Amino acid sequence: MKFKRLTMALSLTLGLAALAQAQAKEPVKIGFITDLSGVYSAVDGPGGAAAIKMAIHDFGGSVLGRKITMVDFDHQNKADLAAAKAKEFFSRDGVDMLIGGTNSGTALAMAPIASQFKKPFFVVGAGASSIVGKQCKPYTVMYAYNTTALARGTASAVIKHGGKSWYFLTADYAFGKSLESEGAKVVDADGGKVLGQALAPLGASNFSSYLLQAQASGAQVLGLANAGGDATNAIKQANQFGVTKSMKLAGLLLFITDIHSVGLPAAQGLYLTTPWYWNQSAKSRAWAERYLKQTKVIPTFLQAGDYSATLTYLNAVKAAGTTDGAKVMAELRGMKVNDMFMHNGTMRASGLMIHDMYLMQVKTPAQSTGAWDYYTRVQTIPGNEAFGPEASYGCSL
Amino acid sequence: MAEIFGIPVPLLLGQLMLGLMNGAFYAMLSLGLAVIFGLMDEVNFAHGAFFMMGAMFAWMGGQYFHLGFWWMLLLAPLAVGLFGLLVERLMLRRLRGMDPIYGLLLTFGLTLLIEGLFRTFFGVAGSPYNPPALLGGTLNLGFMYLPTYYVFAMAASLAACFGTWFLIERTKLGSYLRAGTENPALVQAFGINFPLLVMLTFAFGSALAGLAGVLAAPIIQVSPLMGSNLIIVVFAIVVIGGMGSVMGAIVSGLALGVIEGLTKVFYAPISSTVVFILMALVLTVRPAGLFGKEK
Repeated sequence: MKFKRLTMALSLTLGLAALAQAQAKEPVKIGFITDLSGVYSAVDGPGGAAAIKMAIHDFGGSVLGRKITMVDFDHQNKADLAAAKAKEFFSRDGVDMLIGGTNSGTALAMAPIASQFKKPFFVVGAGASSIVGKQCKPYTVMYAYNTTALARGTASAVIKHGGKSWYFLTADYAFGKSLESEGAKVVDADGGKVLGQALAPLGASNFSSYLLQAQASGAQVLGLANAGGDATNAIKQANQFGVTKSMKLAGLLLFITDIHSVGLPAAQGLYLTTPWYWNQSAKSRAWAERYLKQTKVIPTFLQAGDYSATLTYLNAVKAAGTTDGAKVMAELRGMKVNDMFMHNGTMRASGLMIHDMYLMQVKTPAQSTGAWDYYTRVQTIPGNEAFGPEASYGCSL
Repeated sequence: MAEIFGIPVPLLLGQLMLGLMNGAFYAMLSLGLAVIFGLMDEVNFAHGAFFMMGAMFAWMGGQYFHLGFWWMLLLAPLAVGLFGLLVERLMLRRLRGMDPIYGLLLTFGLTLLIEGLFRTFFGVAGSPYNPPALLGGTLNLGFMYLPTYYVFAMAASLAACFGTWFLIERTKLGSYLRAGTENPALVQAFGINFPLLVMLTFAFGSALAGLAGVLAAPIIQVSPLMGSNLIIVVFAIVVIGGMGSVMGAIVSGLALGVIEGLTKVFYAPISSTVVFILMALVLTVRPAGLFGKEK
């Protein structure tokens, strides 16, 4: 009996000691909540997770003597699911930083939770400008792009080339509406006119009746205020239904994988705005080639952004000497980011990262010289011009 | 541009065309349901899953066995029909004579199972399925450009609908079926193998859903959830047409497609609910549906 009690006490003590040791070496955890299987999974999704893992590996696998790990979750484009998982990540799993993937609805739901737990929240995939505007939060970092920058880049270029009257095909949720209203603002400001819009549910897959409405409006330009699978389906069907015979298409958010799936014959001549293109510099090329070797697909700017965001966060943790959210955020606010993704990136008080954007035009099949050689750079838009004045966002921070 | 009620004519005609197109699919799907309900008094909730299976099989055939659209147009409905046959023989038959709610629960559970399985293996992302090269072009109808495939799909759906109607209303086999609907015991007394008839009917209804799935695959993206998005509307159409009425299913399917298309022109926000508004209206005036008989 006595012996039994002794072994019990002994094992309990040993257990506690082991637990304490484990706590001291608790890994630095990066959470990644995105669409891993739906309409947006091709532009971020599993490829984004691969990019984050690459960043952890390139950073050396550990920071402040602690191992770095990643956990991911498929939010299925449901805001409530994303919010519940974010809470669980922070409160139960000890996640130190969260990367929010595609879908602005989910990002808007996760941002207040990250701030409540005082953990940095890097928004890479979502684009609604309100994330750093009216609904800004102290722990949010909007890292890669937003709807303001996209609209300002693409819409003004199209208007400059004669596309004055617009009709919008809009994804019916926060992101699509934000993209449409930003686009309409630019169209109005540059002397154009918006003739109407059709709201299509996310993942509608058959856009034929919306396209007929657009055609009947008599507008010169069909502005696609949607993304991912929705945008590629709309472009393909616009060709099938002869919409492209009477209207010019303007994709407000297009990824290189979208162009790939539509094909150059249907996509040639499209203008688009992007923060990053794999072939923009020697650094980006080298990284993209490594990524391509691993995943067999060229990275989108979101996946490149996921990689860069992870490195930026880890650099900030290293510099701050802690994973404490407030201290890391303070470090981030003073940082200048230079890597394969951005040049001289700086963060505004609202959490918006300011960096150059690029206006691109899709090459014709004859101009394209190799696999994934799709864009010609038309213009580099300086960061402050692309993202617009800070006051226009209406963030109270 | 000419206008009617302030709507440009090409837009109106275009939406009518697309409405007719959707209507043909509605008709084919509600027809399968109606045939099954008519004979078995069984509400087959798995119909949407069968529709999805047809489309997924077509996609899988191309992906894994390099079988083109035309092969799958034949094989996928057969496979779905066979699956339906097994479902009837192994499960539904055991519920004969019980409250229809059991059959409904069983088929609903089956739907969840089937969809869950396909989701596990293929994710919820839609996969594009291209129409055969022969039908890949675009027709210029004067008022609109219409992809050739849409015309084919519409014609094929209508042919399937009226083929079914002919089979049931004008052939000997169909007369057994109709007699079985009225009085199964009497039909059996005449030496007709009624359980076999039921089994084949269920398989036929399922195959019809599978065929609709294959035809729809190049138009809407193939995904495990494509059936559940559609099935509720199709149920409403069956109710409007009258449960178990073959002609009712065809006519109300086509009509609802057109009405939905027109609603998109005149007042788009209610286009996805107009079917249910009509269902409520029809039920208050004619509880058995437009073509249904009170029992």
